[in-house]
Amino acid sequence: MELTGAEIVVQALKDEGVEYVWGYPGGAVLHIYDAIFKQNDVRHILVRHEQAAAHAADGYARATGKPGVVLVTSGPGATNAVTGIATAFMDSIPMVVLTGQVPTPVIGSDAFQEVDTVGITRPCVKHNFLVKRVEDIAETIKKAFYIATTGRPGPVVVDIPKDVTDPNVRIPYEYPQKIEMRSYNPVERGHLGQIRKAVDLMMAAERPVVYTGGGVVLGDGSAELTELVRRLNFPITQTLMGLGAYPATDRQFLGMLGMHGTYEANMAMHEADVLIAIGARFDDRVTGKIASFCPNARIIHIDVDPASISKTVRVDVPIVGQVKSVLADMLRLIDELSCEPNAEALARWWARIGAWRDVECLAYDHSDEVIKPQFAIETLYKVTRDRDFYLTSDVGQHQMFAAQFYPFDKPRRWINSGGLGTMGFGVPSAMGVKQAFPEADVGVVTGEASVQMCIQELATCSQYNLPLKIFLLNNGYMGMVRQWQEFFYDGRYSHSYVDALPDFCKLAESYGHVGMRIEKPADLEDAYREAFGMKDRLVFLDVVIDPEENVYPMIEAGKGHHEMHMSPHLSSERELA
Amino acid sequence: MRHIISILLENEAGALSRVSGLFSARGYNIESLTVAPTEDPTLSRMTLVTRGDENIIEQIKKQLNKLIDVVKLVDLSEGPHIERELMMIKVRAEGAMREEIKRLSDIFRGSIIDVTANSFTIEMTGDGNKLDAFIAALEGDTIIETVRSGPLGIARGGRRLTLTT
Ligand SMILES: Cc1cc2nc3c(=O)[nH]c(=O)nc-3n(C[C@H](O)[C@H](O)[C@H](O)COP(=O)(O)OP(=O)(O)OC[C@H]3O[C@@H](n4cnc5c(N)ncnc54)[C@H](O)[C@@H]3O)c2cc1C
Ligand SMILES: Cc1ncc(C[n+]2csc(CCOP(=O)(O)OP(=O)(O)O)c2C)c(N)n1
Ligand SMILES: [Mg+2]
Repeated sequence: MELTGAEIVVQALKDEGVEYVWGYPGGAVLHIYDAIFKQNDVRHILVRHEQAAAHAADGYARATGKPGVVLVTSGPGATNAVTGIATAFMDSIPMVVLTGQVPTPVIGSDAFQEVDTVGITRPCVKHNFLVKRVEDIAETIKKAFYIATTGRPGPVVVDIPKDVTDPNVRIPYEYPQKIEMRSYNPVERGHLGQIRKAVDLMMAAERPVVYTGGGVVLGDGSAELTELVRRLNFPITQTLMGLGAYPATDRQFLGMLGMHGTYEANMAMHEADVLIAIGARFDDRVTGKIASFCPNARIIHIDVDPASISKTVRVDVPIVGQVKSVLADMLRLIDELSCEPNAEALARWWARIGAWRDVECLAYDHSDEVIKPQFAIETLYKVTRDRDFYLTSDVGQHQMFAAQFYPFDKPRRWINSGGLGTMGFGVPSAMGVKQAFPEADVGVVTGEASVQMCIQELATCSQYNLPLKIFLLNNGYMGMVRQWQEFFYDGRYSHSYVDALPDFCKLAESYGHVGMRIEKPADLEDAYREAFGMKDRLVFLDVVIDPEENVYPMIEAGKGHHEMHMSPHLSSERELA
Repeated sequence: MRHIISILLENEAGALSRVSGLFSARGYNIESLTVAPTEDPTLSRMTLVTRGDENIIEQIKKQLNKLIDVVKLVDLSEGPHIERELMMIKVRAEGAMREEIKRLSDIFRGSIIDVTANSFTIEMTGDGNKLDAFIAALEGDTIIETVRSGPLGIARGGRRLTLTT
């Protein structure tokens, strides 16, 4: 088979099993767009901004576990995609981004729409390539997918100069079946001796806590994790990225930990004697002040990336490997040794945790007058709990309320930007999810500030008939910013008021969607049900909420887990508990 | 602590900037860095000198290993090793000074590789301390120009940094 470079790009995607490519055309990729036009296997979704292409591919990857694919042109196409690439990088999302580049003879001459894409993206990709010869396209794309999806996943950029896809040059095509790279050998299995050490430590533990993160979701380790935690009767807490890997409605789940984590999760961390960290990276939003992090705990850490281990917090038993295989080995070992955890000590531990739970740190003041954001999320859960439901989020208070008040029972159902915290992520990532699961309900929780950062994608949703349900928790503020200004800047709300808001209902309608504005708590549930009733329509729900609600509990940056700000709703006595 | 790290690197465009970019992005310091192809033209060997406490050095090594272009890496400071640095130094050499400088260069096993009526260019190898000592031994205004390669390192004895070990 003799193909042009452009045809090779498309054929390689087919051979890789790619269903969708999110992209936006331009001069440097026109040959590739022509090759896309001539076939029907790889479907191209035309977004309205390259950032959204990356977020959509990212959402698809998070929901399916398969790599997302992006195609953009050189120069501004590539730079617009950078925010989306960095978002995927921070959360370790497998993604392959094809960028057009100016023809090789003019690279470096400040040619029209030239930027050094490889240079610009280097710090925010797992790896990147500049393809200089048509003969190298197939192998490079193979490598890109291999690197993106193995080990600790991440985005890979493949920069393709226009002359490399010249329609007049044909070469024989063969897609490599397998690729080996001497410089890249990701670890699979964990070291059995280390796993043994971990098991010994766990069995001796009196106050154990399992702390898991995005790695369990990424590595499909949910079943093994659930089995292990249930068998040992250990308490478990999860990061923002880990939610859903263990069923949140289960008795042993303490809720999220960290800055906006629950009282019981953070107190348990603070008092633990053995911490079992699984696919989590000890982020500063989780650890708070390092010096007072888990002061009494011996730490076991399972992670596929050696560089995640002892990066910010020294650990005692490092285990490098894929969560799934390490946890399976751990379960097998526990069976073989027929060892049991310390039941007596655990009973005492659960009693202490029970007392922390009784504080009810997430309690809030109900209102019949104004919709509380917490109530808006609780109602969403009530309406969707029995549906096949995915929820994506933007960034801000609404994101935290969703994490706290929507109990996710399955992995890959909660899709949000944690590491970069990218406003604008919500709507486009939901497009990717909906594309992957057309039969499922896909919701977006967002804020009036965040949603405007990728609002143009409402057009993409009309064009491809993506009936998302968008829950805009409209407080008229950049609520998360306002909260910090209230706490740390004596209420000087510098530029955190979102003025001149559009009429979101009309805006949605102008794109051909349905808009609904909800102002009273009593109307909320019916409105939600009505929205989900419109199976084939995108419904934009402008939910007017209490403008000055805060997210509690909160640990200030640089404070310890035991130094939480609690809701003023709770008595000050309890605050000191 | 000062560490000298040897790296086998894919000999590809951009590999060097991945390493230097890593150091600047993560705020690690580089004291010196030298790189050149090896006897296998697909591989380059880099010698990098850095400083940091134990935790930082561990992270530097892990982060370097994580770079796709890094094939292999060894921290030479962990064992006995040899370091050599090349210096070329151009010095004023006039009248009676010419003999004096020649003698000093001989003591340090330097060789004079270029001569003009009023200057010498001396080539000298050794570890960094020796080169520093030579510079210190020259009188202040004698030096016209110096260029140093930064250290190269290799393990003593049978230990080696190659693809096969
Ligand atoms: C407004 C805002 C507030 C936030 N507040 C909080 C908060 O209160 N609490 C909180 O937890 N987070 C919070 N975050 C998120 C926070 O910034 C981090 O993104 C998050 O804590 C990181 O989660 P993680 O540790 O699970 O790491 P991830 O970024 O999910 O990293 C996954 C880890 O698992 C490893 N891994 C990947 N795949 C595998 C595999 N197959 N096997 C083994 N290991 C694997 C990776 O190497 C990595 O170390 C907030 C974010 C925002 C935007
Ligand atoms: C692109 C980007 N710019 C700025 C920020 C900083 N930031 C974090 S939350 C936030 C406010 C979000 O406001 P809104 O979307 O209305 O959500 P709310 O907090 O009110 O729920 C801002 C500006 C960010 N995370 N991303
Ligand atoms: Mg808001």
